[in-house]
Amino acid sequence: MIGSLDARLPEGPLEDAWTDHKFALRLVNPNNKRRFTVIVVGTGLAGASAAASLGELGYRVKAFTYHDSPRRAHSIAAQGGINAAKNYKNDGDSVFRLFYDTIKGGDYRSREANVYRLAETSLAIIDQCVAAGVPFAREYGGLLDNRSFGGAQVSRTFYARGQTGQQLLLGAYSALMRQVAAGTVDLHTRAEMLDLVVADGRAAGIVVRDLLSGEVTAHAGDAVILATGGYSNVYFLSTNAKMCNVTAAWRAHRRGALFANPCYTQIHPTCIPAGDDFQSKLTLMSESLRNDGRIWVPRAFDDTRAAADIPEAERDYYLEEKYAAFGNLVPRDVASRNAKAVVDAGRGVGSLRNGVYLDFSDVLARDGAEVVRAKYGNLFDMYARITGEDPYRVPMRIYPAVHYTMGGLWVDYNLMSNVPGLFVAGEANFSDHGANRLGASALMQGLADGYFIVPYTVGDYLAGHLGKEGPGTAHPAFADTVSEVNDRTARWTAARGSRTVDWFHRELGRMVWDHCGMSRNAAGLQKALAEIPALRQEFHADVCVPGSAATLNQSLEKAGRVDDFFELAELLARDALEREESCGGHFREEHQDAEGEARRDDERFTHVAAWEWAGPDDGPIRHREELEFSAVTPTTRSYK
Amino acid sequence: MSATGNGTLNLRLRVWRQDGPGDAGRFETYDVGGISSDASFLEMLDVLNERLTLEGREPITFESDCREGICGTCGLMINGRAHGPQKGTATCQLHMREFSDGDLITVEPWRAGSFEVIRDLAVDRTALDRIIAAGGYISVNTGAAPDANLVPVPKEAAESAFDAAACIGCGACVAACPNSAAQLFTAAKVQHLNLLPQGQPERWARTEAMVETMEQFFGSCTNHGECEEACPKEISIDFIAWTNRDYVRAKLKNRKLAGQR
Repeated sequence: MIGSLDARLPEGPLEDAWTDHKFALRLVNPNNKRRFTVIVVGTGLAGASAAASLGELGYRVKAFTYHDSPRRAHSIAAQGGINAAKNYKNDGDSVFRLFYDTIKGGDYRSREANVYRLAETSLAIIDQCVAAGVPFAREYGGLLDNRSFGGAQVSRTFYARGQTGQQLLLGAYSALMRQVAAGTVDLHTRAEMLDLVVADGRAAGIVVRDLLSGEVTAHAGDAVILATGGYSNVYFLSTNAKMCNVTAAWRAHRRGALFANPCYTQIHPTCIPAGDDFQSKLTLMSESLRNDGRIWVPRAFDDTRAAADIPEAERDYYLEEKYAAFGNLVPRDVASRNAKAVVDAGRGVGSLRNGVYLDFSDVLARDGAEVVRAKYGNLFDMYARITGEDPYRVPMRIYPAVHYTMGGLWVDYNLMSNVPGLFVAGEANFSDHGANRLGASALMQGLADGYFIVPYTVGDYLAGHLGKEGPGTAHPAFADTVSEVNDRTARWTAARGSRTVDWFHRELGRMVWDHCGMSRNAAGLQKALAEIPALRQEFHADVCVPGSAATLNQSLEKAGRVDDFFELAELLARDALEREESCGGHFREEHQDAEGEARRDDERFTHVAAWEWAGPDDGPIRHREELEFSAVTPTTRSYK
Repeated sequence: MSATGNGTLNLRLRVWRQDGPGDAGRFETYDVGGISSDASFLEMLDVLNERLTLEGREPITFESDCREGICGTCGLMINGRAHGPQKGTATCQLHMREFSDGDLITVEPWRAGSFEVIRDLAVDRTALDRIIAAGGYISVNTGAAPDANLVPVPKEAAESAFDAAACIGCGACVAACPNSAAQLFTAAKVQHLNLLPQGQPERWARTEAMVETMEQFFGSCTNHGECEEACPKEISIDFIAWTNRDYVRAKLKNRKLAGQR
């Protein structure tokens, strides 16, 4: 049993909190750093930047990725940009404003101290990335350009065409490869973490499977950092890459790490609507498109005319009408729910009536195709390639899709979980976005955690272990964990049922989307809680995993990941059921006002729900971390 | 773009199967019916793999991840062309509307001496990472950076650097090159950094180290130009010319003066 949760939040005014906290953190002198081994799992923005920074500091780093190269992590697919409170546009931005927007955007379900630190750190991130050669967009004078982005009234988003995530990841990847060449980072590619080793009450290492040879090995470390991303693929159809999964985080959860706010999932408003049953994933288009595109549907129900044939008066620009101040730039959850409302009402567009228009004809007429191409060329090309339609001539069709998960492993202010020595960075933790993440903030958080937070806080933890030998691979916990991993693997390779792993994943995804998707209610969630375990049993009894465990075997890899998604899905539904309020990405139909706007219950739910694993047969235990607000006063979000 | 529409395709696939690096490998033929022309090429292979699994056969190993054309994980030789028939398109972004009912499609892995076949259509591309490790970075430790706007970058330089930086590291340039050179990959990274003011201090050392590491693992470039044709990001072969120029200058500049060690 876990006692009360101590987030170890700093005291005193927010403006000085991180500086004072850093001063209070213990240091490890340069000679001692090389005595410590730090394991980093995942090489996306958070993992690559953490591994590179720790290597530069002189720690012995072991970095693991299941990809063939660190450059492939899904951070690469982020398109729109990265926020920083530089105020280069002189439009009134400041660290406090970025902090305020992020807290408000998160619907007052995040920690003030964490979010303030994030906003503060954003300044150094841009400096670091520019120095590392990230080719951000420039103005003619050679200085950095910015644009505005969903949910913000200032232009604080730095971007590299529509490929900002790619360029930032390549920056972090090159810093990592520099350390690999320097010998400070030992890089393990095609190595998937399948379990966490906990020994003597602390994180002592990990167990990985070599995806080529199938060999399962244990690695000891003085600290373990998980930077393994989010769990959107529990929905099967999401904008995440095909291999994204929750296994590393979930295995850590089963070893004692608390899982916080799993019901906070984000639906991205500007994705390409699903086609048919063969669909393997959904494609997101940057919501920067909402800066210039106007969203509308026909006023009439079941209007089958082509967009061009619908006169202006018969178009419903529903966001502009409803939200005068923010219009098409309302936060993601608001934009998504409104799209669902008009589609559910039978006013959707496209042959399946499952989308809304995102129309660029005004900006094309005003600025010309060349200006639009310079800003969004690659997105327009991508859309055309997927749909076979030309967005320069016909409006795009968009619909929301699952995109990001705010929930994740619980961490304190030092980004350490409740398991000593286990740190969690980037999307894998729950820390900064509350119930909803603002656009262009994921890249910011990943790099803040990896470049500027974890390198300090890991040192503080390790300083407490100077002169003490950690539990090495000879500790029985390692052999036990390896044999548990091998048992699981053997169970899958023996499975010769009648259905494929993908079939079960798709069915699971449908359940989670139907009952724990864009809007939720008690009856649906209870249904999910009954259906998911039943399907999981069927999965265990009837899945077919061909091939052997001693070679590259993609079916086997997927089976383990889907099994963990089943357990997570149940926790997600339980968390959504217990949180009887609507906040951010979590919309409970029972909790809305007369106009359909989300209604929070601050009295009962101004807290983090952190779940403890209680074994496969018992229900999980819900712990609370109360959230306190001193610098901002929670208000009802209004974008009108 | 060729015919669009909601048609259904029946295809015959000739697919390279190889159990592991040591296996000789062979083509196997599969009839795949009922594929929507709106499906992507990889979704078509997903459907085939589902069917193979249910028939008790081993599915085809092929790699992909983002399926948005940005991560560079996917890459197939389709009818002898790297990433298939559509220009500027990675395999995962290729859609079946580019094919016709009744087509015979040959699917192979990247073929290059430095890309060992791991299994079926998956190859080992770690030699590309070695080129990056040789100098594809700017040496700036975390926390040491000056204010981002301290050094202006002319817009043209930033744009050109970006054009080069768009490389996704898929290896299509190597697969398409008759010499299996990775010159376009190397040149793209060299020029991304060499074009920026931030990249100047290490310009000559970087150029020499990266080009020579490329030569160590891959064939030499003889300006065939197949790489540019195959590149899903349409990276210009001009970057190779600039890199060749930088390489010659680097060899001179990096030469130590007499008496220097």
